[in-house]
Amino acid sequence: MRIQVRLFAALAEAAGRRSLSLDLPRDSRVWQVRDALALEHPRLEPLCARVAFAVNAEYVDADQVLHEGDEVAVIPPVSGG
Amino acid sequence: VFVQLTSEPLTPDALIQAVRTDASGAVTLFFGVVRNHNEGRGVLYLEYDAYPELAERQLRAVAEEMLGRYPIDDIAIAHRTGRIEIGETSLLVAVSSAHRAEAFEACLAAVDRIKETVPIWKKEFWEGGGAWLDGKPMTAPAERPA
Repeated sequence: MRIQVRLFAALAEAAGRRSLSLDLPRDSRVWQVRDALALEHPRLEPLCARVAFAVNAEYVDADQVLHEGDEVAVIPPVSGG
Repeated sequence: VFVQLTSEPLTPDALIQAVRTDASGAVTLFFGVVRNHNEGRGVLYLEYDAYPELAERQLRAVAEEMLGRYPIDDIAIAHRTGRIEIGETSLLVAVSSAHRAEAFEACLAAVDRIKETVPIWKKEFWEGGGAWLDGKPMTAPAERPA
């Protein structure tokens, strides 16, 4: 299934883009996005160590099951304010 | 509750008007301002990135949380994104309450929560380079204290 991934801050900079799509097996879980990203984009791997995830603009647990067309945001440690 | 995420310069007037009520004896206003140094190094300017859809939702969640935790009348939050120069405002929080103590406390707590939970990131630029700041890892909802 096809998943849209959104990247921000250091991750977007390392990837040279703010979004990409990944092909994942059906019923993949959110944490598998991290593994797939690291595999396809080795430069992102060190930046993925402490990330959180949002699916369709809501924070989710990394164990959540994904569905075709979901938008997964990879959220590095936040530093707003 | 009023929340705003914008790349435009922030001004406090709209926030003060948004939170003030006739029952409010106090309005506190916090300015988060870009400063010219961090960890011993001179800073030229900052650049903020955000996940807008979730950042706005999360700013609202912080505001609602403060309304639940403190006896305040209202709260407003505005966060700026993009390039922000030294001396300019990156964050505004306004809180109104009958008495001053709750307004101060809720304002401080709101800023702390914003820094912990809202998907916004800052990159520091200095002479000859720049780097994204090492932020606070978001914990998954299940692990987050209630």
